[in-house]
Amino acid sequence: MASQPPATATKALWEGSLEELRGLVSQRAMTGETMLLNMGPHHPSTHGVLRLLLELDGEEIVTCLPDIGYLHTGIEKNIEDKTYEKAVPLTDRMDYLSPMSNNMAFCMAVEKLVALDVPERAQIIRVICLELSRIASHMVWLGTHALDMGAMSVFLYCFREREFILRIFEMISGQRMMGSYFRPGGVWRDLPTEFYGAVNSFIEYFQPKIDDYESILTNNPIWLDRTQGVGVIDPDVALSWAMTGAVLRGSGVNWDVRKAMPYSGYETYDFEVPLGEHGDVYDRFYVRVQELRQSVKILKQAMKKLPKKGLFRSENRKFVPPPRSELGGSMEAVIHHFKLWTQGFDAPDEEVYVSLESPRGEIGCYLHGTGGQKPRRVHFKTPSFMHISALPVISEGYLIADMIAIIGSVDIVLGDCDR
Amino acid sequence: MQIAPALDPLKNLQDHFSEAIVFTKTFRDELTIAVQPNAILEIMQHLRNTPGLVYNFLSDISSVDYHPHIPSAEHPERFGVSYHVYSMLYNRRLRIKVFAAEDAPVIPTIILVYPAANWLEREIHDVMGITFEGHPDQRRLLLPEDWNGHPARRDVPMGKEAIQFSFNVEDILKHKPRAASSN
Repeated sequence: MASQPPATATKALWEGSLEELRGLVSQRAMTGETMLLNMGPHHPSTHGVLRLLLELDGEEIVTCLPDIGYLHTGIEKNIEDKTYEKAVPLTDRMDYLSPMSNNMAFCMAVEKLVALDVPERAQIIRVICLELSRIASHMVWLGTHALDMGAMSVFLYCFREREFILRIFEMISGQRMMGSYFRPGGVWRDLPTEFYGAVNSFIEYFQPKIDDYESILTNNPIWLDRTQGVGVIDPDVALSWAMTGAVLRGSGVNWDVRKAMPYSGYETYDFEVPLGEHGDVYDRFYVRVQELRQSVKILKQAMKKLPKKGLFRSENRKFVPPPRSELGGSMEAVIHHFKLWTQGFDAPDEEVYVSLESPRGEIGCYLHGTGGQKPRRVHFKTPSFMHISALPVISEGYLIADMIAIIGSVDIVLGDCDR
Repeated sequence: MQIAPALDPLKNLQDHFSEAIVFTKTFRDELTIAVQPNAILEIMQHLRNTPGLVYNFLSDISSVDYHPHIPSAEHPERFGVSYHVYSMLYNRRLRIKVFAAEDAPVIPTIILVYPAANWLEREIHDVMGITFEGHPDQRRLLLPEDWNGHPARRDVPMGKEAIQFSFNVEDILKHKPRAASSN
């Protein structure tokens, strides 16, 4: 427990003393040669509540100190107080633009900890949901990124397309965004019959739209001017700062968790990993737009593979509650139902780590059981957290206006970062 | 370019750091090597730079609290810190684990080997109260600067934060000097 600071020190802290920043900003800032400027937390281009303390030499960024934690809600601590099944809805709230990826990370960790199987049909359903949420998330990224750079119309188009996906999510889970559809062992319930037609018509509708975005942006001279040669990340820097996802691939490093450590049957799909060359804002934009095409490709294959009938969650009744239909006729099913919903299931006192490719990069989930029904510790390694920690390295030497482009291109979500 | 054949990380570490290894364990195909905290920097350097190992990517640093702590072979101290390093070349992951004592949890920082450890260590320092010796920036990361205690510890109860009303505002602000001085 920290002791109370004296009243005078408190006063100086609140007014923001320069001494507090010694060693974090350059020596020139201490003498007033460079300017310290506060950006955020309510700046619209920080995509949430990120505060950056910029040190500026004229208009050029010398260094920046990101300040996070405004959206810290203690999700990891909360999960320690819940059974494994009941913790899933909390994970939705981390990366609120692709909740399914967070569900998946937590469910995969639980499945690994208790060695729970996932039926093949459930894996295909998961892949479809993950790719749909990847498209939905990239739509928000593309829209807001373009909006920050002054291309308003892209934003409206993107949100129109995203609405289709949110309706599909509402159809399957009852919720547009925080569906909590994935559960340890599979998914919550079977797909409704309208789902198949809805996804197929979405694929058909969406494919030409990608060309539309590209025709607006890819060769647009204003867009090229703002993005090419800005925020260049060297592949070595990207690796040592543990950047993942489109940021790493934009720098030309061919690493995608779906290819390197396939989960949920990704090894059976035929898709490519788009790569950038220069590692600038434009390459990251281009990689993500190509990822949209690959997602559509995966969706098509998955829809072809998906059987209309079959298991949607594991039949291991020690971990997965029985369906309603069994409760009327089987005493054992009632016992399982009662035990699972009142008490939960036991997981060993061991640790596991899983990772998967979310729209923003690699989400890692570290899970440590207690031997009882609740976890001892959950820790999410989130891509936005790693990317924001590297912002000082990426933005050094660029202009303030470029900072907007850089933040947009690394695609951060502050809920994902603060948890 | 010739790629060096993959080495067995466990055998290699046993050859080079035999005194530093506390125990090893495999669970669900995940290899855990627990080591002494004072050797962590050298081991990380070794894992990153040795041809045949090349763990070039720091996936995660996670902390765990074994409260109420009963010393055992697998939990020698109260706090555990798990480093997950990943080798892109050989496509495999390794967990290095260190333990920190309850009364003064101190572990050397690995920020010199993996810059990505910067915020991961800062977060653990913030929520778990483990000090990383040599870390250049030990301010709080996720919580406000005037927060008391470390909420990820198992002996901190859930939801004991008092809600602020006009009748108890003075009591609460005693614990939040920065909020008080803004009034």
